[in-house]
Amino acid sequence: MFFDRTSSIVVIALFACAVAGYFIPDWIMNQLMFGFARALAVLGLLVLWRTGLISFGHAFYFGLGAYTVALLDINLGVSDVFLRLVGAVLVSGVIGWIVGFVLRNYRDIFFAMLSLALSMVLYGIIVKTEALGSTDGFSISAPTFFGFAPDGKYPLFVFICVVCAICAVAVQMYLNSTLGWMTTAIRDNEVRVEYLGLSVANAVHVKYVLSAVLAGAAGCLMAMALGQVDPDSMVNWTASGELVFITILSGPGSVIAPFIGSVVFELLRTYAFEWAPHAWQLIVGGTLLTIILFLPGGVWSVIEKVVGKKS
Amino acid sequence: METFITNLLNGLQYSSYLVIVSVGLTIIFGVMKILNVAHGSFYAWGAYTSAFFIGKFSDMGWPDAFGFVIIFASAIAVGLVLGFIIERGLLRFMYGRDEVVIILATFGLFLVLEDVILLVFGVDPYFAYQPMAYLESVEVGGITRDVYGLSLILVSTLVAAGCWYGLNRTKWGNILKAVIFDREMSVSMGINVPMVYTVTFIGGTALGALGGAYIAPTVSVAPGLGGEVIVLSFAVVVIGGMGSIPGALIGSILIGLLRAISVHEFPQIELFVIFAVMAVVLVFRPEGLFAPAKVRKI
Repeated sequence: MFFDRTSSIVVIALFACAVAGYFIPDWIMNQLMFGFARALAVLGLLVLWRTGLISFGHAFYFGLGAYTVALLDINLGVSDVFLRLVGAVLVSGVIGWIVGFVLRNYRDIFFAMLSLALSMVLYGIIVKTEALGSTDGFSISAPTFFGFAPDGKYPLFVFICVVCAICAVAVQMYLNSTLGWMTTAIRDNEVRVEYLGLSVANAVHVKYVLSAVLAGAAGCLMAMALGQVDPDSMVNWTASGELVFITILSGPGSVIAPFIGSVVFELLRTYAFEWAPHAWQLIVGGTLLTIILFLPGGVWSVIEKVVGKKS
Repeated sequence: METFITNLLNGLQYSSYLVIVSVGLTIIFGVMKILNVAHGSFYAWGAYTSAFFIGKFSDMGWPDAFGFVIIFASAIAVGLVLGFIIERGLLRFMYGRDEVVIILATFGLFLVLEDVILLVFGVDPYFAYQPMAYLESVEVGGITRDVYGLSLILVSTLVAAGCWYGLNRTKWGNILKAVIFDREMSVSMGINVPMVYTVTFIGGTALGALGGAYIAPTVSVAPGLGGEVIVLSFAVVVIGGMGSIPGALIGSILIGLLRAISVHEFPQIELFVIFAVMAVVLVFRPEGLFAPAKVRKI
C-alpha cells in the first residue's frame, strides 16, 4: 500500500544511477550529483505547490542546511556525512516548524512575499557577518563516512542517491496518506476541508516543515557536493527563483519529476553557459517562459504522454 | 547635527530613487495584479540607455546639460518600446492565470532581459558623469553635497505629485481607479480595459526606467544592476501596501532613512534591517501599512 509503483521506479532508478556512477566519467557524475541534491529542495517545493503555494524564498532553508554544514565543519570539525545531514535537517526542520506557525496562515502572493522577506533577512545577515564568511562563503572539508575518508566523490554520490531515494519514497508515502490527499483538496476549497473536520492550518504546517526539511537536506548535500558554500548562489533571492524554476520545469505530476527536472536544468545551464556564456540566462529564462506558456504540466507531462501512448 | 543632516539627505536621496521605481511597480500591481520581477530589468535598461547616450552625445560635443533631456527621453523610450512589446507580446496571454505563476513568468522575463542588456550594451561598465558634473555642488548646513543628488529628491517629488494628480484629478485617474476596483464592471461600462492595461504597463515601465536613468550618472552602470533594486522595491511596495501609491511613498522614505542610518551607524545590519521590517509588516499587517484592508484571503 505504501510502497507503490512510483516508489519502486524511484528506488530502482536511483539504485541504477548509483551503480552507473562507478563507470561514468566524473563530469557526468558531478552533474547528476548537483541535480539530485537540488532535486530534494524541489521535491519540497512540489509538496507546497500541490496546494497552490509557491515559496519565493526557499533558498532560506537551502542556505540554512548548507551553512549548518559549513559551520559544523569549521567550528567543530564535523566531517561525517551523517552527522552533517542530521544537523542540517534538525536546524532547518526546527526553524521551519517555528516559522510555519506564521506562514501556515498565508496564501498566494503573501506567502511568496513573506518567504522572500525571510530568505533576504538571512542573506542580509550572512553577507554582512564576517564570522559567517560574508560574501565569500566558506570552503568545506571533504566528507567522511564513519571515520573513513575515501578518495574521489563516488561514495558521496552513492550517499546522495540513497538519501534521495529515501526522501522520494517518504514523500510519496506522505502524498498517499490522508494528510497528503488533503493537499489538492486544500487548493480547491479550504472552507470545505474545514467543514470535513480537518484542520487546514495544521495540514499546511506539516507540508511546510516537510518542505523545509527537504530543502535543508538539499542544501547540506549541495554544500558537500560543491565543497563550498556562498551566499549568492545559495541564499540570495535568485537561488530561490532557480528552485521555483526547476519546480515549474519538472511539473507537479510525480515525485520522480523533480529528479528529472533538476538534472535537465543542470544540463541546460551547463550547455547554455558553454555555448553562449553571455546569454545563458536568456536561454534559461526563455525556457521558463516557454514552459509556463505552452507546457503547464512541465517536463513530466511530456514523459507521461509518451509513456502513456506506449502502454 | 552634521551627522543628522548627512543621514537625512542620504536617506532622502535613496528614498527618492526608490519612490520612482516602486511607484511604477505598485501602479502595475494595482491595476493589473502583476507583481513584476522584470521591473528590475526596466530599471537597468533605463540606466544603460541613458548612460550610453549621455556618453555618445557628450563625445559629439553636445553640452552637458543636454544629459537631462536624454535621461527623460530614454526613460520614455524604454517605457514605450519594452513596455509595449512585453505587455502586448507576452503578458496579455497570462491574464487570468495565478498571480504567482505570473510572478514566475516575469522572473523568466527578468533573466531574459538581463542578458539582452549584456548582448546590446556589452559587459563593460558605463560612466555618465556629465550631468552630475554640470550641476556641481552646494553647501548644506556645513556639508558639501552635489546638486545632482538633491535634484533627485525634486524629481521624485514631482513624479509622486504627478501620479497623485493624475490618479485623483483627471478622467484617466477615474478610469484607472474603476479598473482597479472592478475590472468586469469597467468593461461593461464601456472602458477599454486592454488599452488601460497597455498604457498602465507602459507608464509603469517608464517610471522604472526613469529611476535607472536618473541614477545612472551617479553610479557605474554595470551588469547586475537590476537584481538588487527589484527586491528592495518589493520590500517598499509590501511595506506600503501592494498597489497603493501613498504606501509606496511612505515605504520608500522609511526604507531610505533606515538604510541611510544603518549604513552610517551599523553597517552590518544594512540589508538585514530592510527585510526584517518587510517581514514584520507582513506578519502583523499583511495588506501593508497604508493599503485599506480588503476582504481577501492572505
